[in-house]
Amino acid sequence: MNISYRNMKKIKHQSRILACWTLAIIFFFPIFWMVLTSFKTELQAISIPPLFIFEPTFENFSIVQERSDYFKYATNSLITSFGATIFALIIAVPSAYSMAFFPGKYTKDILLWMLSTKMLPAVGVLMPIYLLADAAGLLDTKTVLIIIFAMMNLPIIMWLLFSYFKEIPSEILEASRMDGCSTFDELRHIVLPLSWGGVASAGLLSIVLCWNEAFWAINLTAGDAGTLTALIASYSSPEGLFWAKLSAASTLACAPIIVFGWFCQKQLVQGLTFGAVK
Amino acid sequence: MKKNIKILAGSAILAVASSAAVQAGELTVATVNNGHMITMQSLTGHFEKDNPGIKVNWVTLDEGTLRQRVTTDIATKGGQFDVMTIGMYEAPMWGAKGWLHSLEFGSSYDVDDLLPAMRNGLSANGNLYAAPFYGESSMIMYRKDLLDAAGMSMPDNPTWGHVQDAAAAMTDKANGVYGICLRGKPGWGDNMAFLTTMANSFGARWFDEEWKPQLDSPAWNHAVNFYVDLLTHYGPPGSSGNSFNEILALINEGKCGMWIDATIAASFVSDPSQSKVADVIAYAQSPVAVTHRGANWLWAWALAVPAGTQQSDDALKFVEWATSKEYINLVGEEKGWGSVPTGTRSSTYQNMKFLAAANFAEAEMKAILSADPSNSTQEPTPYQGVQFASIPEFQAIGTAVGQQMSAALAGTISVEDALAASQKAAEREMIKAGYY
Amino acid sequence: MKFSVSKALQAPSVILLLLWMIVPLSMTIYFSFMRYNLLYPERYGFNGLSNYDFFLTDPALFSAVTNSITLVGSIIAISVILGLGIALLLQETFKGRGIVRVLLISPFFIMPTVNALIWKNMFMNPVYGLFAFVSGIFGWPVVDFLSDFPLLSIIIMLSWQWTPFALLIFMTSLQSMDTEQVEAAELEGAGFWSKFRYLTLPHLGRAIGVVVMIQAIFHLSIFAEIFVTTGGGPGYDSTNTTFLIFTQALLQFDVGVASAGGVFAIVVANIIAYFLIKTVAKGMAK
Repeated sequence: MNISYRNMKKIKHQSRILACWTLAIIFFFPIFWMVLTSFKTELQAISIPPLFIFEPTFENFSIVQERSDYFKYATNSLITSFGATIFALIIAVPSAYSMAFFPGKYTKDILLWMLSTKMLPAVGVLMPIYLLADAAGLLDTKTVLIIIFAMMNLPIIMWLLFSYFKEIPSEILEASRMDGCSTFDELRHIVLPLSWGGVASAGLLSIVLCWNEAFWAINLTAGDAGTLTALIASYSSPEGLFWAKLSAASTLACAPIIVFGWFCQKQLVQGLTFGAVK
Repeated sequence: MKKNIKILAGSAILAVASSAAVQAGELTVATVNNGHMITMQSLTGHFEKDNPGIKVNWVTLDEGTLRQRVTTDIATKGGQFDVMTIGMYEAPMWGAKGWLHSLEFGSSYDVDDLLPAMRNGLSANGNLYAAPFYGESSMIMYRKDLLDAAGMSMPDNPTWGHVQDAAAAMTDKANGVYGICLRGKPGWGDNMAFLTTMANSFGARWFDEEWKPQLDSPAWNHAVNFYVDLLTHYGPPGSSGNSFNEILALINEGKCGMWIDATIAASFVSDPSQSKVADVIAYAQSPVAVTHRGANWLWAWALAVPAGTQQSDDALKFVEWATSKEYINLVGEEKGWGSVPTGTRSSTYQNMKFLAAANFAEAEMKAILSADPSNSTQEPTPYQGVQFASIPEFQAIGTAVGQQMSAALAGTISVEDALAASQKAAEREMIKAGYY
Repeated sequence: MKFSVSKALQAPSVILLLLWMIVPLSMTIYFSFMRYNLLYPERYGFNGLSNYDFFLTDPALFSAVTNSITLVGSIIAISVILGLGIALLLQETFKGRGIVRVLLISPFFIMPTVNALIWKNMFMNPVYGLFAFVSGIFGWPVVDFLSDFPLLSIIIMLSWQWTPFALLIFMTSLQSMDTEQVEAAELEGAGFWSKFRYLTLPHLGRAIGVVVMIQAIFHLSIFAEIFVTTGGGPGYDSTNTTFLIFTQALLQFDVGVASAGGVFAIVVANIIAYFLIKTVAKGMAK
């Protein structure tokens, strides 16, 4: 009886692991396929039936490198997405902290209103923003992208931080206040360490969203400030099959953020669990 | 962690500081991601060598994005670009508004060498506003092997009836071969570019002389019914999502018997490095129903200099270089004569090296020479353009109609309903724009 | 004392967002009453309500709104349920869990246009796509995804991209579950469902609310995936409000109608948000 129970548990454990891997492979397969395609020739890329085994070529990558200054685009992406995220986090952390721990009468409404600033569809406000950016002399600069990205993601970061901060048991904070912690100390020594995983995941999400933002990154830039989404746009063509090259460009564009995500996922899980704190 | 934040904050400040203004002597050229433009980009070094002090920056985008980007810029006088790649649709409209520099070149440019249809299509009030970089028309590309096997042949100027018979003969669905592949993805530059030429040949037109939309006419009905019927019986599944690239993939894999599309496609399907059927493809003129007028389209990608640029002299130099005879020679010598930009100059088609290198040259030239944007329909119209009407409203009208056509093709609504809805959509736009 | 400090801390975000909202919004509202087409700069002038009249009488409007709601609703439902399930599965500790986690989150890192191109060309094409290839092996009929099920195709693409988002949030939130409580419940013999119902779900309530609200905002303005794959068709079958604004206004550079459409989209978004708050996000600020 005891043995069979243990066996049951083991089988359950094993089948859950199997399910995890199956799901992971299903979800990752399209990306794997894109990366695989980037090593094919254009003819192999459209082959029927699809090719799984073939002699890989690096031609696509060398063409992308030759044709466009990948590092310029990548640097722009890096600067704009990190710049905007840091900017937004600096503003959002204190705000979310104060909303979570000193909620006022209108806190909930303010939060909802913040989210509603994202409701204006980009295609509807292209002209106003373009005219403003032009008037400010900010067209084709990283500055304008940093500002727009930060404003776009601020509400989301606020919401995420707010919800993570809310999960911190209030007893911990009360104890610290008894000890005479100032607001700043409390934020720095108690709230942030406890919700570091949450801050990291909010930051990661914001960076990813900036990294993949295409509409503004293409419409407000020309030769100087284009990000990797603009690089991708330069490889899709309505007349000509460039799947292998497009896949190579996409692989190059997504690789940094996937690698970054891989490092971050450790941060996300390392966030201290409250059970251990108590 | 603290250190990381410091570094990151530093990079943010750096970003703000480094967003400096464009330097003098730098030209920003906006272009589309088509093969000929990529060649031009790779040859920029020659231009920079001949013109020391000028550096060329490229902004390459796909067609739709580029159009939106440059229109926004030129209309708001943003001044982001010194040279713009625009099409035959924009050039006359923008030229007439005074948004573009009118182009006058020295005698060595030989402006009379430009094909008359191209020159007319890019001019307004007698002034040339954009210099043609490459031009294209549409034609039939077909699998000669399949047609021979079916015991049929393709005349140089086939009728739509003959094309239908050929499609029926070549279709072999069991082996995944479809007699004909045509565009179906909605969009004024996608399915409507093709469908307009087909309708033209059936005797239809977009507008009458009073700018009344004519989509409810029998000619449109006949043409669209023929199109839907043809693709339903002999076309590949998923036609309503297919545009140029999707069909190119199909034909390169040997799945299509015939394809009627841009002449530029010939350079792809005849390229063994990407096509499995490169050596069995042959070419003929676009099919005709009741009139040959407007049966094949005419398009040019051209280089223009916006009036707002502060570097118009350098920009004009670049435009002259990229559209000159010397440039065509340069491409021929450096990249091979099969990949020179075609459809712009009559001298290209007199060049033996080109004629020898490109087996599609003759069919392409014939198609381009037979298209006339100012006389493209059986009945008179007030607009310019073969596969479009060069008015600002056309993009929206064409796309709305294109959505209806794709629905008719997918079988979700009848052709009659689709055309009735299209007519309404077109009328709405024209009323809003104040035509009547 | 505390209260004013908290106000000072909130001020920067509130003021910045206020500016970010008010300036473009007031310009949009202003333009929505103007006759303003970039291609006809000479015809600029007051236009009354005709931009709204034009946009609101569009025959595609009804389909566009229902498609928008269908898209938002189904993508949220799929991503929350899948994300929740996977997050719970991933609580199992095993070797290679980090890799599994990264593989599962990766789709969120893919750019929307690339996402659309991968699915359209490499998977869903009825002739040369992988799905057609797999159906061929098993002798199943080939499904023509983009023509016959355009909306479903877009839902698949977006769910693939956004389930990882939900998963990421849920995973982070599950970190802070009280393990002692769970162990205590297990000792008392609580089964999976009762643990889920009485411990996990309440704990994740706020995270679910956040995921739903953020996704709702994002999915109301889906554009790239539709533009690249179906062009809004066949017919209006995959046109949403954003795409309608694009075809009716931006495509012909009619700033007036685009602005009217933008104002309409805000109204629709607010109505949807109102219902979402009533049903889902009640517990947000408790």
